[in-house]
Amino acid sequence: MGEFKKPINEKEFHENFAQIKPLMDNNQAFYESSRCLFCYDAPCIAACPTEIDIPLFIRQINSNNLKGAAKTIFDSNWMGNACGKVCPTEVLCEGACVYNHQDVKPIEIGRLQNYATRSAIDKNQSLFDLPELKNKKVAIIGAGPAGISCACELRMAGYTSDIFEAHEKPSGLNMYGVAPYKITNQEAALEVDYLKEQFGFSIHYNRRVTSEEDLEELENTYNAIFIGIGLGSTRKINIKNENLKGCFGATEFIEKLRVNEYAEDSLGKRVIVLGGGNTAMDAASESARMGAEEVTIAYRNSKDSMRAYDFEYELAKEVGVKGVFNCNPIEIIGSEKVEGVRFVKTKSEGGSLEAIEGSEFIITCDTVIFATGQSKQKEFLDQIDKLELDKRGRIVVNENFQTGNPKYFAAGDAVNGGAEVVNAAAEGKKAAVGIVRFLES
Amino acid sequence: MADLSINFAGIKSPNPFWLASAPPTNCGYQVMRAFDQGWGGAVWKTLGVPIVNVSSRYGSVDYRDSRMAGFNNIELISDRPLSDNLKEIEEVKKYFPDNAVIASLMVETKEEWHQIIKDVENAGSDGIELNFGCPHGMCERGMGSAVGQEPKVLQTIVEWVMEVASIPVIVKLTPNITDVTDPAMAAVRGGADAISLINTIQSIVGVDLNTLAPFPSVDGKGSNGGYCGPAVKPIALNMVKNCAQHPEMNLPISGIGGVENWKDAAEHILLGASSVQVCTAVMHYGFGIIRELLPGLENYMNEKGFNSIEEMSGAALPNVVEWKDLNLKYKVVASIDEVKCIGCQLCYIACEDGAHQAISISANGDRVPQIIDDNCVGCNLCSLVCPVEDCITMERRDDGKLDVSWDDLTQKGEIPTTFDDDRAGGKGHFVPKPEEALKRKK
Repeated sequence: MGEFKKPINEKEFHENFAQIKPLMDNNQAFYESSRCLFCYDAPCIAACPTEIDIPLFIRQINSNNLKGAAKTIFDSNWMGNACGKVCPTEVLCEGACVYNHQDVKPIEIGRLQNYATRSAIDKNQSLFDLPELKNKKVAIIGAGPAGISCACELRMAGYTSDIFEAHEKPSGLNMYGVAPYKITNQEAALEVDYLKEQFGFSIHYNRRVTSEEDLEELENTYNAIFIGIGLGSTRKINIKNENLKGCFGATEFIEKLRVNEYAEDSLGKRVIVLGGGNTAMDAASESARMGAEEVTIAYRNSKDSMRAYDFEYELAKEVGVKGVFNCNPIEIIGSEKVEGVRFVKTKSEGGSLEAIEGSEFIITCDTVIFATGQSKQKEFLDQIDKLELDKRGRIVVNENFQTGNPKYFAAGDAVNGGAEVVNAAAEGKKAAVGIVRFLES
Repeated sequence: MADLSINFAGIKSPNPFWLASAPPTNCGYQVMRAFDQGWGGAVWKTLGVPIVNVSSRYGSVDYRDSRMAGFNNIELISDRPLSDNLKEIEEVKKYFPDNAVIASLMVETKEEWHQIIKDVENAGSDGIELNFGCPHGMCERGMGSAVGQEPKVLQTIVEWVMEVASIPVIVKLTPNITDVTDPAMAAVRGGADAISLINTIQSIVGVDLNTLAPFPSVDGKGSNGGYCGPAVKPIALNMVKNCAQHPEMNLPISGIGGVENWKDAAEHILLGASSVQVCTAVMHYGFGIIRELLPGLENYMNEKGFNSIEEMSGAALPNVVEWKDLNLKYKVVASIDEVKCIGCQLCYIACEDGAHQAISISANGDRVPQIIDDNCVGCNLCSLVCPVEDCITMERRDDGKLDVSWDDLTQKGEIPTTFDDDRAGGKGHFVPKPEEALKRKK
């Protein structure tokens, strides 16, 4: 038996996926905030994609001005609450904390941030004076971090928006994509509900914008359209049997467990996760916590060349996940369902990866999860006149986040190809500034 | 091996650590617990006129997560029956004949003073401390600091006391006065055997921002309290030094104020104290702190070669001089250890905004600041704000051959005489032009 029992209900699920950055209580926040040095030109600010004045909000927490702290955070980052929980702070603000240079534990900035914003959210506190509404309206496609940030920022400039969301819940990756030990569904929803109430934009759920007719209707109704649709489903890697029963895309696997909050199907005893990015680490970690006994991450290149953050790999290893490297999957084995994966060993040769002849081997398993990247939503985007995509399928935008079609703006994963929640939040906010410029020109 | 035992104005004690007259010496039970753990003496919570205490008595100043960096109280003298206290003093002395029990006293009339002195002597006290320091409540009734602030009244009462006292008498002084040596010398003139200082400083530790009442608040109102704890040590040390350096001061001094660890005690002793009294630290951590105080002081004395408290007492006094005697040719400049630096740049902003614009930061992202030697006046500020031990040090730059003080210059007639005199210090110092402030604005 593995460390975790298969969670058959919500309670067991939340036990298996205990929050790694739980909400601080007043006492913890007080002591932690006391440690901040209040650096000049603080490196943590520079390390944050949204440039939150971190030393300021920490000092505000320490002096019992929680409302001020929340305002400082939201001022820079409308998804400040989710970011406090899901940001890879180890490589951002906390990684830049000067304490690291003297081998002292860096300030727990993420948790302090979440502490401050949760206080405002739980009290439904109004932090901003909103200007009177102007006579133009924006449509936002996608209620993820980019779209929500864009809506808030637009409202600060006097414009309201309608958000069209394909899913039944908001917050995009926070609700459907990140590992459940980083944020709960409830917390992701709380923040968006709060922002919606404070800023008065509307969200239409289960409203996937798909056709040219849909787009035409938006164009006729709204003065500008913002695209924050993120990425599509897991990309196929074109190997034999990859659609066999027991094969899942990582994105779909994670989304399903976030929605269900219990194990619907058994993953079996052994799981192989293909890939070396953060999603692979998440999927592996989650498989273990969903009750799989042996979870192996198989990556085609070396350990050092994995794109995943070190701490994400560590998180996976902590729950017993094993890594195997320099092995490329060439075939899924099985007749009715997955029975294993055939790999070939690889080596790096002059910068490119080469298969080593005669080195094929099989690892048996019950489930294969493909964390091999997500597709772009090209089919949908191609319907928009003059909108340009680059070679990798990313939407091309100018410095105002405006696309080739001047009425359309875009930000987030659909533009950057897949980054963190905080990047989407930063870009969505900047795009709103671009939209305002467009509306007022 | 250093001998920690003392004979303080005739009061013998196995070590110089005494509990100050305060809540920790409210009853025999507490004093016995303290002696059992190693305390040398205890000044009993002040006995005297009948009083009534209020509920809600203490307030504190917290510095970030450090609790009770400063502490104040509006508690009065002992509210327990005199007879109970006398009985307990007797009891304690039975169990601990070698420890010092000093009775702190506060009454009004000559007759009351004479009577209570007899009472505490009969109970077996080793000494008496006259409480002329309490700055709240009692002073409103003409006692405590009301006496300490009037040297003539103080002297008169000391004289009354000395008429009957057969055991050593210590006068406890209030710091709530311009020059503490005035009441100190009045005590000398009155014939006292020793002085102790400081009592607490009049204070308001804070205001409740919701109720608008000061802390500690009693039913929505507050009153000034007496301030003590780590925050008051610098004030206490200066006053102890002032008394110790007074040319006519010939009495032993018991140092009080901000003693929490052995180093605090050593400082009091080096500046002239020959016993130290502790209260706030005990109220915070209990009597057990004696297990750090005793070996810490003993180890220091052994390392420094002080054989006794008497030998150590006042050893720093020759180095405490007037400003006019300081060497104007001594020159230090800050130096940053680039390896230890963590790049917080607190030194930069402190110097830039708070001192002498003698530190620069680079625009290329390297976060280690650089000292601009020519601009550095050697003020220490950067080394004080630096959070890393020994990262910023002050290095001596003069050759040590010249020693010229303001006093020397005065005697030679070489002091600057006009505001624009070339001999004036600041004339050659660098300051940026005012408009530079706008250019450097972020």
